Parts: sequence; C-alpha cells; structure tokens
Amino acid sequence: MPEIVLLSGKGGTGKTSLAAAFATLEKNLVVADCDVDAANLYLVLQPRDYICEPFISGYKARIDYNSCTQCGLCQEYCRFGAISVITDPAYPKGKITISHTACDGCKLCARICPIQAISMIPSDKSLWFAGNFRNGKMVHARLAPGEENSGKLVSLVREKARQTAKETGWQRIIIDGPPGTGCSAIASMTGTDKVIVVTEPSRSGFHDMKRILELVHQFRIPSCVIINKFTLNKGFTRDIENWCLENNIQVAGKISFSPDIVHAMVHCVSITEWKPSSETASEIKAVYNKIILPVFSAFRGSGE
Amino acid sequence: MKITIASGKGGTGKTFVSTNLFFSIQKEGIPVTLVDCDAEEPNVMEFFSGILTEQIPIIQKIPVIHEDSCTYCDKCREYCNYNAIICLPQAKHIQVLEDLCHDCGACLAACQYNAITEKEKTLGHVSIYRLPSGALIVEGRSSIGVYSPVPVIKGAMHHTHPDGITLFDAPPGISCPFIATADKADYIVLVTEPTPFGLNDLKLSVQTLDTLQKSYGVVINRSGLGDNSIYEWLEEKGIPILAEIPFDKEIARVYSEGRLIAEVNPGYRYFFTNLYQKIQNHAGNCSSQR
Repeated sequence: MPEIVLLSGKGGTGKTSLAAAFATLEKNLVVADCDVDAANLYLVLQPRDYICEPFISGYKARIDYNSCTQCGLCQEYCRFGAISVITDPAYPKGKITISHTACDGCKLCARICPIQAISMIPSDKSLWFAGNFRNGKMVHARLAPGEENSGKLVSLVREKARQTAKETGWQRIIIDGPPGTGCSAIASMTGTDKVIVVTEPSRSGFHDMKRILELVHQFRIPSCVIINKFTLNKGFTRDIENWCLENNIQVAGKISFSPDIVHAMVHCVSITEWKPSSETASEIKAVYNKIILPVFSAFRGSGE
Repeated sequence: MKITIASGKGGTGKTFVSTNLFFSIQKEGIPVTLVDCDAEEPNVMEFFSGILTEQIPIIQKIPVIHEDSCTYCDKCREYCNYNAIICLPQAKHIQVLEDLCHDCGACLAACQYNAITEKEKTLGHVSIYRLPSGALIVEGRSSIGVYSPVPVIKGAMHHTHPDGITLFDAPPGISCPFIATADKADYIVLVTEPTPFGLNDLKLSVQTLDTLQKSYGVVINRSGLGDNSIYEWLEEKGIPILAEIPFDKEIARVYSEGRLIAEVNPGYRYFFTNLYQKIQNHAGNCSSQR
C-alpha cells in the first residue's frame, strides 16, 4: 500500500496547506491527518464523517477514599511524582492524592495497594473519524486536551486509512504528519514509502529539517525536501539546497510564498482549487507529478 | 514568576515572542531566565550567543533481565502497562523493548526472583548557557529517535530563576509535552495567528488550559493576514488580547536570519517591554481573584 507522509520538524512550514493541495489534485485517494494534537486538514477538506468513535488514550489512577487506609505505599512506588500528601482538615496526617496530570497510567500503584483501593479509569475523550470529502476519503482524529499517547492514536488513524484504501481499491494514501521528532512523528513515518520534508528558508526551519532527516534516515525511508515559501529568503534557500546536495538529498521543489495560501485557507479550499493557474499552484503540481505520482503508479504496476 | 509561551499550532511565533520578550526585559535590568522546552526541536539558542556553562544528561532507567535467575514466570510482562516486555515462557524467551519503556518500575516490583536490575539510557541533555549580560538560557534537547521529550522538558524546567522571571518556550500541541510545560506556570501566553488553522488550535489550547485551571492571555501574530473570526471568538469568550504583532516582511526576514527584531528595531524592544507589563498586570489580577 503506497503511503506518502509530509513532515517538517518545525511547525508552521506549510505541511497542511501542501497536503490539502496534493489531496485535491486528483480523485480517489485516502488522506490521513496524523497531526492529532492540532488537526487542521479537516477545515479545508471538510469531510462528511460516517464514522466517529472514541479512542482510549490511557488510564489514570483513582483512589477510593472509603477503603484507603492512607498507608502511603503507593507514594513510595510512584516514579512519576504523581502521588503526594496534601493538607486536608478531614485527614490529620494529610491526604494521599493522585495528580491527574502527572499520572502516567502505569498501574503500579493499583497493583501494589494492599487493599486494592486504587482503580484505573480510562481516558476516553479522544475521537477518531472517517469521512468522505470531495476527492476521496479522509481519516482523522482529535486527541482530547491534555491526553497522552498521541503516537498510538496516530497508529490507529494510519491503520484505518490503510483499511479504507484497501476497501475502496484506491490503494494510495497521503499522510499529513505532526511537527517534532517524538512518538507521533515516528508513528507517522514508520513503514511509509516516502517522506516529504517540508521546510522553510529560515535558520530554525533549516535546523529542524536536519533533525527530522536524521530521524528519517534511522528508519531508512526514502525522502526528499520541499522548500516552501522560498521567495522569503533566497540566501537560506541556497544554503538549504547546497546542504541537500552535499548530503545527497533530493530537493523535490521550491514553492513561492503567496498570501493566496492564507486566502485559500480562509475560504476552506486548497491553493490549487483557489488559484489553479497561480505560480504557487503550478509549483505544487510539478512536485506532485515528480514525486507523488511515481510512488503511486509504481505500486499500481506491481499489482500490490 | 513563571510564564509559559505556548500555542497549539506550530509555527505561530512562540519562539519569536519568547526570545524577543526575554531580550527586552533583560535589557530593562529585570532578572530573567529563558528555558527552551521544545526539546524535540529547540530553536532558542539560534538567536543568542553565550558560553555553555553546564550540560546535564537526562537519564532514564531501563530494566535488564538476567536470564540465569529468570524463571519466565511472565509476571513482569503482565505488570508492564506499556507492552515493553515480550515473554514467551515455553520458548524461554524474554526481551525488553527499550523504546516503549516508561521507567515506571512495575517490572522490578513484579519480579520475585531478583532477575531484574536497571541500566541507564540517555534521553537527551539540558544545556545551560550564560549570556554576556549574565542572564541564563536553559535548553532541553532530546536525542533523535527518543519517543517522549517529557523527561528532558521536566529536567530543563528545574532550572528556573531563583527569584526573578522564568520564561518557558513550550512545545506545540496540547498533549503531554505541552501539559508538562504549562502545569508549572503561573501564567500562559498563547501565541496564535488570525487564520482558521490558528483559531482551531487556539480553541484546543484554551480548552486544555481551562481543564488545568490556568490563567492565560493571547498574542495575535501576523495580524492583518487572515480574517476576523479569531477576534470575534476572543471577544465572545472574554479572553484578553495582550498584543498584536502585524504581518511584516521585515520581522519575517530578521527572524529567518536568526536575529531579534527587538535588537534590530528599538520600537519593538519597547513593544515587548510593554507586553511584559501587560502580562504582569493580567497575572497579578488573576492571582488576586483566586
């Protein structure tokens, strides 16, 4: 199953705007929004969701004060500093309390409690969705505020996207990835066929691009770079191009900065739909034909 | 006072605000430390030069299972809530998946045969830089391939200014890395941009901070670029706008070169000093209401 993912390291380089453009150039593809922390692609693609299901992101420990004897053993065992004794008029020696935000959900306190006064409560406020949008299908998710395991939710979104791509027979997936280099970025790229790193010509964009490429190389996934908004700083664009040349990394394209990208977003369409004949749209189409189409057609040819 | 500069969406200008704010208030002679908590992609030190005075490795403990005393009873695997242990009793095979380990100690508590000890794994580093002015910048940087930046973030956040101001430059998003940075702050500055993406992610950040019961205000960056819906929403919610930064190609150029607009253009130094005053006022009001 051909899967192509857009990543960047640094946030705000234009992953989602580019993913929206790629997703609206042709019919019959599945789009997976794996930026579950701050999912935005749905604002442009506006899917009509036919599935909406909860995702259990983890568990939090809760004390039943009717049976707790305040022995303090749980506090001794907790390595996350989540259990403390707070002053409470009802408890002369203080009250054993679990911090919801610090609890990692390891369940050790519940296991070692001599009178089983601690239980694990599932965090089930996160959701995942599948829907139809104008050019195909979209799988996306919303991590509930402050919840954990975004990596696991990303894996779920990708699994559902693969399932959808198989069922429809379309056999092609574009993934909009999260910023950073941690668990959700790793979960977004493992097993994909191509990583497109979207960078911008700034010192921080350049720095973060190198970090994400280092991670991509650890996973041995073929990759290339797009320099977005390259017209904003041609000096840095040259530096990035030279660095990529020295390190044998393909620069797949350069996209001009244009306020049209923001205007398109405000109107909930992609730049290629908003101004199809603009310079920016043509540059994006060129990248699509050069990088994305060959990956998709190679798999169709192999009959996988 | 501890102030976190955050945003749900990446690239809205968190680091832009925190570096310029830091620069401007230290020029006023106010004691301040800046902590870069975006450990997956730390960028603060690209804007400053200083002397590295200390580098502290952040260590996690990982279990080591000694097969000479292991009976393959399977209890450690059962206790591990992160699926980090594989045990096949019949094949007498046991293995730790180090990347999945959260250092909770459950396997150690489970083992009755003293077959588990622990080794150390480096997750990243906390670096402390001293600037010519004497102010400190603390950088958390997680190693490439490490799943969670949270231990490095927590390690960096220990280095607050003893009696002055500490600014935390937060990682993007609303999950555990962001929570770790917001949880210890007295006030949070949310940086956003007036676009549908910016508004959507701002709503998520606000929802998160309300759950944590934190005080916050908003800085709108690149104003004039998008639409009005963010202003309408903020007004409806009664959330204060602390400052607006116009969309300005000079700012974008100076920032992209790793320089500070508050240093290049004194008008902006005044702007950020003013922002600091506003934060002080709001944070003061919020704490007196509690």
